[in-house]
Amino acid sequence: MNFMASTQPENRLLGPQSDSQRTLYPYVTGTSVVALKYKDGILMAADMGGSYGSTLRYKSVERMKPIGKHSLLGASGEISDFQEILRYLDELILYDNMWDDGNSLGPKEVHNYLTRVMYNRRNKFNPLWNSLVLGGVKNGQKYLGMVNMIGVNFEDNHVATGFGNHLARPILRQEWHENLSFEDGVRLLEKCMRVLLYRDRSAVNKLQIAKITEEGVTISQPYSLKTYWEFSAFKNPTQGAVGSW
Amino acid sequence: MFRNQYDTDVTTWSPAGRLFQVEYAMEAVKQGSAAIGLRSKTHVVLGCVNKANSELSSHQKKIFKVDDHIGVAISGLTADGRVLSRYMRNECINYSFTYESPLPVGRLVVQLADKAQVCTQRSWKRPYGVGLLVAGLDESGAHLYYNCPSGNYFEYQAFAIGSRSQAAKTYLERRFENFVDSPRDDLVKDALMAIRETLQGEALKSSICTVAVVGVGEPFHILDQGTVQQMIDAFEIAGEQEVPATDPDAAAGQEAASEQGAAADEGVAPMDI
Repeated sequence: MNFMASTQPENRLLGPQSDSQRTLYPYVTGTSVVALKYKDGILMAADMGGSYGSTLRYKSVERMKPIGKHSLLGASGEISDFQEILRYLDELILYDNMWDDGNSLGPKEVHNYLTRVMYNRRNKFNPLWNSLVLGGVKNGQKYLGMVNMIGVNFEDNHVATGFGNHLARPILRQEWHENLSFEDGVRLLEKCMRVLLYRDRSAVNKLQIAKITEEGVTISQPYSLKTYWEFSAFKNPTQGAVGSW
Repeated sequence: MFRNQYDTDVTTWSPAGRLFQVEYAMEAVKQGSAAIGLRSKTHVVLGCVNKANSELSSHQKKIFKVDDHIGVAISGLTADGRVLSRYMRNECINYSFTYESPLPVGRLVVQLADKAQVCTQRSWKRPYGVGLLVAGLDESGAHLYYNCPSGNYFEYQAFAIGSRSQAAKTYLERRFENFVDSPRDDLVKDALMAIRETLQGEALKSSICTVAVVGVGEPFHILDQGTVQQMIDAFEIAGEQEVPATDPDAAAGQEAASEQGAAADEGVAPMDI
């Protein structure tokens, strides 16, 4: 049956050969990405960890990349699928530049293109196992959107992936406002990343913050957050606990 | 144009380096009824002459909406024009679906031109026999392009194609420097006047012409007959007074003369012959 599998992998979803043609589970994954709109553009933060299951295996993975002149892409989930997406986008931007006509794809266009790609893959039961954050500025208009492996996509003033949705977004909902300064934006992102560092077991203390404005993209050098472990509750964690945990 | 031994195939060059079939296709454009286009910084207006074959029939559609921000006026083989409009609509809607953004006019025009070029380099095809005036808006402003059967395309401030288009072109050449900053209504008026030039004496009525506009904040749409007739009436009344006004020295003298001429005409019996 070998020759049949190579020509019709999708038709034989339940066949033995076809499973090797599609993504079933992720292997090397990145954790949360958090992003917000501020006065001059978008600020995005992600740590540099690539986990292999429960092992924090790779500690210098760049999970945010610039796309074209106007966009910044951050990804969580399967790192190899993120690299594949970067290849798709590289080709997209290349063809866009080849027109050489003064038009260029902005963040909104890139986000929608990615939505189409993610949703189509999901429909073929062969997803790109990622949650993507796409931010950018074009002609003074700020744009921040998210799309995930099942094709759910939306735009907002602040977005996060994975654990960030549960731990960071509540903080952002309280403290985000229009026209944040750069320093305030960074401070807010660091607050979110610190909570994630304390509470997300796949987080590593080595992160980058990226900024995109009309002028372009800057991704900071990796750095660490200061943490505090002397809280009294940490000293005797099981005091007052009922049961075995 | 003359028949010769190099004009049977589009894939045959003449010794002078010409492709006669392509040139004959451009002739077909010249035989079609006139279409004109002009643009300002913020608006583009398309107009065309729509003559029905007989009183019993309706006239052919020569202006097509391609998308909210792009429209096209055709001259030549209307069937070819219809097919190309469908291609353009398809390209626009696919781009919109993928990118949630309007297709830049400049790119659509290049795609159209490349499609036309293919037909000049296949022995089993013939060139499209239609010229297209593509009007559209994108990030860089208002644009008017002309697409040829040869696969060439040009950008214009104002242009006219089809039969008796030279008269319209002359009119547009005189006035085009003013178009860039013209308000929308003046642009439409200029379009109607240009159409009138191609009619050569025949009365301009909204039943024999079609006008369409696209602009900033104004999606592409064809103006309805009532509106067009109103605009024609407005400037035809003004038009009789406009002619003497261009020559200020003789203005007073001419106005008096035309009034006297009109009075004299009323007294004279109409020609019997």
